[in-house]
Amino acid sequence: MPALEVEGLARHFGEREALSGVSLTLAERQTLVVFGPNGAGKSTLLRILATLLRPHAGSVKVLGSSLPDEAWAARGRLGLLGHEPLLYRELTAQENLRFHARLHDVGEERVAEALEAVAISTRAAEPLRNLSRGMVQRVAVARAVLHEPELLLLDEPYSNLDPAAIELVEPLIGPSCGRTRVICSHDPGGGLAEADAVLGLRNGRVALAANANEVQPSQIAELYR
Amino acid sequence: MRRTVAALLRKELLVELRTLESVPGMSLFAVTTFVVFHFALNRNSVDGDLAAGILWVTLLFAAILGINRLFVADADQGGFDAFLLAPVDRSAMLIAKALTLMAYLLAFEIVAVPAFGLLLLGPSLGAAMPDLLLVLLLGDLGVAVIGTLVAALAVQTRARDLLGPLLALPLLVPIVIGGARASSPLLALGHPTAVPGRWLLTLGLYDLVFGLIAYALFDFLLED
Repeated sequence: MPALEVEGLARHFGEREALSGVSLTLAERQTLVVFGPNGAGKSTLLRILATLLRPHAGSVKVLGSSLPDEAWAARGRLGLLGHEPLLYRELTAQENLRFHARLHDVGEERVAEALEAVAISTRAAEPLRNLSRGMVQRVAVARAVLHEPELLLLDEPYSNLDPAAIELVEPLIGPSCGRTRVICSHDPGGGLAEADAVLGLRNGRVALAANANEVQPSQIAELYR
Repeated sequence: MRRTVAALLRKELLVELRTLESVPGMSLFAVTTFVVFHFALNRNSVDGDLAAGILWVTLLFAAILGINRLFVADADQGGFDAFLLAPVDRSAMLIAKALTLMAYLLAFEIVAVPAFGLLLLGPSLGAAMPDLLLVLLLGDLGVAVIGTLVAALAVQTRARDLLGPLLALPLLVPIVIGGARASSPLLALGHPTAVPGRWLLTLGLYDLVFGLIAYALFDFLLED
């Protein structure tokens, strides 16, 4: 069974059409990288797959559950790492992760493990507002994988991270994590290296859909022209 | 459900303890309003209907401050999305937020009610306190439920600071009327008489009706 099955997906915000006629299929443990200029609909697609936005037309199946009717069954099996870290600035990294652990019915020991994995343990007792953006992004990575999701939805996941931090989070959200992944990226080289499949969006429509080994970087560059 | 409510409530109280954005502001507003009434009415003390009216109107406007702040951290810092991504009953957020607002109201009333007794009220609060506490609890429950419902609706709009009070005030007027009528005999000069049962019943019924409405609607408010 594919992890994702999307057919003729459309979504609009008022008069503006954010997505139209988007179709894709992704097998389990594969990585789909979504390219496209700002406003192409990448984040909207990710939020629909995360069950946070309703599709207005078409069919969407995430981990076998049809959205929006069976969204409840997909929640808890997916992890979202978007532009916002989904963390409270006034709480510490530890308090934030404990809160998410309780929401996902995950044991307290996972909190310590996750903090250790992103090397935040020594700053775990400080409010997030005291941490740098890169550190907050590392905590956000820990939050996204805390409940061991099967599907990761990643919107420019390496933004704000330095090379050492990228190396640190690789085992959690990188190619070796063993999870199905959908990644929104603006980096043709890095994105293609991680991808099994590529989706290019322009003005909310599919401009490129192919296996990664069939795509040339120039085709991706074309999306941004 | 209980675990989720506890997690949300704990988070809310931690954030409030760190920021002190709601309760101190509400308390300061209430005390300032009593001082303003003191000078505006040009009276050293009030009692009966007037005292009850001043108390409840002040509590209502101070509560609006708390209602307006109730979902701000969630909306601005992604807490809504984080909650919606979790496999939990969404009604947990309604219960946790209403309990949070209830806790804010009780905490600020610990300051506001004695301040009212000190700055404006003629009769002593002592004898009226047990019955007044019951009236306040019923009023607070209604304010907490309606406030949570309205705040969840308003926070998703651009004009949330305006829309919150505009929606909340008309819905909270019956609570002010019920609270004031029920409190009035307790704040009268001489020996305070018993609290009128029909106003307590009115408050209780209003709380129940809005509790059910909020429970039925809240899921839809969180939906896209």
